[in-house]
Amino acid sequence: MREEIKRVESELKRLEALQADGIDVSEAINKRKQEVKAMKAEFPMDAWDRVTKARDAKRPVASQYIEGLVDDFMEFHGDRRFGDDPALIGGVGWIGDTAFTILGQEKGVGTKERVKRNFGMLNPEGYRKAQRLMKQAEKFNRPILCLVDTPGAFCGLGAEERGQGQAIAESLTLMAGLQVPVITIVIGEGGSGGALAMAVADEVWMMENSIYSILSPEGFATILWKDASRAQEASEVMKITANDLESFGMVDRVVREPDEFCVETLPAVIESMREIILKTVSDYQKLPVESLLKKRYEKFRAMGRVSEKEGTE
Amino acid sequence: MLFKKRTYATIQLPKSKEPYVQTEADPITRGEVIPEGDFHKCPNCGEIFYAEILRTTEGVCQKCGQHLRLGARERIAQITDAFDEFHHQMEETNPLDFPGYEKKLASNRERSQEAEAVVTGLATIGEQPCVLAVMDAGFMMGSMGSVVGEKITLAVERAKEEALPLIIFCASGGARMQEGIYSLMQMAKISLAVEAFSKVGGLYVSVLTDPTTGGVTASFAMQGDLIVAEPGTLIGFAGRRVIEQTIRQTLPEGFQRAEFLLEKGFLDQIIPRNEMKETLTRVLKLHGGKR
Repeated sequence: MREEIKRVESELKRLEALQADGIDVSEAINKRKQEVKAMKAEFPMDAWDRVTKARDAKRPVASQYIEGLVDDFMEFHGDRRFGDDPALIGGVGWIGDTAFTILGQEKGVGTKERVKRNFGMLNPEGYRKAQRLMKQAEKFNRPILCLVDTPGAFCGLGAEERGQGQAIAESLTLMAGLQVPVITIVIGEGGSGGALAMAVADEVWMMENSIYSILSPEGFATILWKDASRAQEASEVMKITANDLESFGMVDRVVREPDEFCVETLPAVIESMREIILKTVSDYQKLPVESLLKKRYEKFRAMGRVSEKEGTE
Repeated sequence: MLFKKRTYATIQLPKSKEPYVQTEADPITRGEVIPEGDFHKCPNCGEIFYAEILRTTEGVCQKCGQHLRLGARERIAQITDAFDEFHHQMEETNPLDFPGYEKKLASNRERSQEAEAVVTGLATIGEQPCVLAVMDAGFMMGSMGSVVGEKITLAVERAKEEALPLIIFCASGGARMQEGIYSLMQMAKISLAVEAFSKVGGLYVSVLTDPTTGGVTASFAMQGDLIVAEPGTLIGFAGRRVIEQTIRQTLPEGFQRAEFLLEKGFLDQIIPRNEMKETLTRVLKLHGGKR
């Protein structure tokens, strides 16, 4: 159906060119326009369109969100154990009149920086830096904002040697017990445990065209069908779009994006988010710590689908 | 006693490097028909064992010491004095309507005679009561879907309610792909339960058995107060092939094995199978049991 829409759209362009040349085809143009509109209404973007958008090189990255959203951002480096992971930006700054701890998985802009940032794939040091800064946020009673944008945790030899699994596992339990409010926004790719390690939050939001999944569609197709080229098909069955996750009750808010979402159109989106972030955090800050933790527990406790067969205990 | 160890006729064990001695008790010499599956081949050294013999050695290859994978029931029989199972009747739904998932579950149920990839219950180990969860790599490679996540969460919560120690035997290839994001969220759900249990002073012993990988490694497997493993256990986050493709080089021998993780500081101990029950008993006693 996407091909069909594209075909009619290109036809429409040709007709408009004719119209511009002074040949009257307005009737045909109107007809095509209505066709496209009807088709788009009936068949909204499919999952693969979203995957493509989520990975688009022009899509805003964490550092750009931070630049637009946070005043007087001060970056802090290092995990105090092994090194500093450039794939994770961490620090403090102001959103409105509230001091936040901000943690962002950073893909980088431009080839050189993308390589330096390891394409947003964190090593264990990244997760341990995040843990350090989360504990610090708790100590100074600052709310935490996490921006998730990673294809997944890095799968390298060193990452395994230094305990990638252990690092993620520790982030999960740490976030489970954090006594300050945490909001996580999936801004691009939310890949697997590497994303979840920053998403055990009081609220999880997704940008409209971001994805959040157990694995990349390519990896999924490889594991289940031994064929990475079936990624597009995988993306459909995996149910990874913001709408899917919202319908599963795993995502609390979907933030609308403009048609062309890039650094130029980012400021308007950020302005639409700022007040909601502040309002949400202030609501959670009003809760006693016990209620905050209980609420977070119950939020994730409800996730999963099982049925009890008859005759259970 | 639900799972009393059966006693078997004495069969002479084949000593290493000695030819296999057939005895009168051996059905081969008596000309009986041996159904398929009565022999096991050691995946490490290739030695072929009569299944009953392997059972008397707790599934450890007598030639090379390889700890073969065990089913959950077998494991429970080996380490507990008594076991009272819970939540046996819980069943998967197909949350993503994934094509063929029900069929796959059905065939795994039939083959393994288990409802799912984890068995949980109240156990007594060396007279010490505890909550025990044992994963079974024989059921869809021990992968974690909603039922596995729910059963383990309920086990952790039960341990918290009853102020009992918790022991989880991990054995998992990781996430249950067919459940997609639901599988991922089980990691969060269990982690929240483990953290709440830890906050009230509960003891959690995580025992890693072959294989412990993916999302299980990146969550409860690595969240124990004590983390121990059987010898030779494969333990890792990413699969070997994925890493090799990422870094474009072959990984060293022994990479991601228990011995490697011990050296890197991620395990407390490696415990051979024949010492597991005794060691767990000692641990349970040291953490609030009677001496």
